[in-house]
Amino acid sequence: MNNILEINHLTKTFGGLNAVSDVNMYIEKGELVGLIGPNGAGKTTVFNLITGVYRPNEGSILFDGKSIGGLSPHRICREGIARTFQNIRLFKNLTALDNVKIAFHKEVNYSLLSAVFRTNRFYQGEDQIEQKALELLEIFQLGDKRNELASNLPYGEQRRLEIARALATDPKLLILDEPAAGMNPQETNALTELIHWVRGQFNLSVLLIEHDMSLVMGLCERLYVLNYGQILASGLPEEIRNNPKVIEAYLGEEVTKVVSGS
Amino acid sequence: MELLKRNPAALFLKILILAGIFSAIQYMISFKILSTYYQMTLTTLCLNIILAVSLNLINGFTGQLSLGHAGFMSIGAYVSVVFTQNLDAPFLLALFMACLGAALAGLVIGIPTLRLRGDYLAIATLGFGEIIRIILYNIEAVGGAAGITGIPKLTTWPWLFGSVVLTILVINNLTNSSYGRAIVSIREDEVASELMGINIVNYKILAFIVGAMFAGLAGGLYAHFFYIIKPNTFGFMKSFDVLVMVVLGGLGSTSGAVIAAIFVTILSTVLQSFPELRMVLYAMVLIIVMIFRPQGLMGNKELSFKILRRKRGEAKK
Repeated sequence: MNNILEINHLTKTFGGLNAVSDVNMYIEKGELVGLIGPNGAGKTTVFNLITGVYRPNEGSILFDGKSIGGLSPHRICREGIARTFQNIRLFKNLTALDNVKIAFHKEVNYSLLSAVFRTNRFYQGEDQIEQKALELLEIFQLGDKRNELASNLPYGEQRRLEIARALATDPKLLILDEPAAGMNPQETNALTELIHWVRGQFNLSVLLIEHDMSLVMGLCERLYVLNYGQILASGLPEEIRNNPKVIEAYLGEEVTKVVSGS
Repeated sequence: MELLKRNPAALFLKILILAGIFSAIQYMISFKILSTYYQMTLTTLCLNIILAVSLNLINGFTGQLSLGHAGFMSIGAYVSVVFTQNLDAPFLLALFMACLGAALAGLVIGIPTLRLRGDYLAIATLGFGEIIRIILYNIEAVGGAAGITGIPKLTTWPWLFGSVVLTILVINNLTNSSYGRAIVSIREDEVASELMGINIVNYKILAFIVGAMFAGLAGGLYAHFFYIIKPNTFGFMKSFDVLVMVVLGGLGSTSGAVIAAIFVTILSTVLQSFPELRMVLYAMVLIIVMIFRPQGLMGNKELSFKILRRKRGEAKK
């Protein structure tokens, strides 16, 4: 099995609206894939279906050969999919360290009674979690911010903390929802490098939604274009860039005529 | 034993303070320095601490607005009385069964209602409290509207003190663990919490069960101090009183809940000298506190030796 994720005929309707219809996608192990498309195309809906926030109406989602369609989000997380959010969803009133520690909860190796009676096992388990969380914060250059409340961190650091928190769940597939939104070009460049590095370091596959074309073209190995809930095109970044259907979806029909000279 | 290794001074100091408080009050009770009236206030104070700290686990840490705490308390009260009065069971067993009964009620209520959020959960728990009251009202075996009288007075200072310490210890240890962080993450962002691998339904139910359990303990202690229990004692107003303490102390602060419980109990005792203005003054104090400390007396901070040490450290710099 070479595909970490395989999506077949995925469909989601809200009332009469087809938010996502008959979407087929796959991601190979270790691949860095981008999902692009105009606003309202259904990109985030696809993410919500993969991570279990929504239940699909039809179709299957295979993760590492196992069907995860319709599982609850915490089960899917335990299978090894972690994500960040378009509009950052950190635990705002908690410290950066606690944010990461919470994501380590699924590795907790002491029981509830152990916690109440403060056994040796509890202290050892807490030490382990603390140490791992600090290591992760160091990697993302947030070590000295560990006692800051998440809401007090600058925007770029909040984005980094969110990725750190996602990685704490020990995923095989990392899903990033517009990681560069609101970043300036320098920050975007740094982020590109970070994502590249993280993928190698943590042995991940990555799926990301992005509007910033320079990030997408520079980072992704393969792209899917979603429009009106359907896959419009897929392929290498250069192919997508020159695909007339994609240009039309993004810029409108008139422009296509101008671009193609008709 | 690890605790002894890690911070022997703090542990020793805590035990010393607790032993001091316990023996000072025990002395005053034994030598009749505390009048019956003050002993009653002391009991109310201890029960309020147990109730506020346990409700704070549900409302403050988990962020689930529950208005049915008195319902759990009444289950504890009635169960314990049945055990001591009808079955001649020892007090310890009766209290244990009170906790168990209330915890079971917490589980039964928790499973269907915790799918609800915010206002809807508040209404459902409010309804639960009323249902319990009405059911007790209509069971003749437990006295119906008249309730049960002539309950043996078994709640003494050591029981009260032990129960308060146990409640604070268990809830504090729970919230300062990975399980506690999971619970707090639900309050912060349910969706993110679940996507980080936390089974939010289980932890909401856990918080409900533990919170209900200690409310049951408070109920058992209440019944065996005040001789008489009636369904109306555990009405909506009782739940509301506890909620006021939790909000006043600061949602998500155990020490805040303790301080607010002490504050509210003393305030309403003092105000009893002005019966006609009592509720007006009580409400005014609450409004003033909320204007100047909207986050509650403690916010979500805890009073601990660590804070004191940090403050001292900063002062040195």
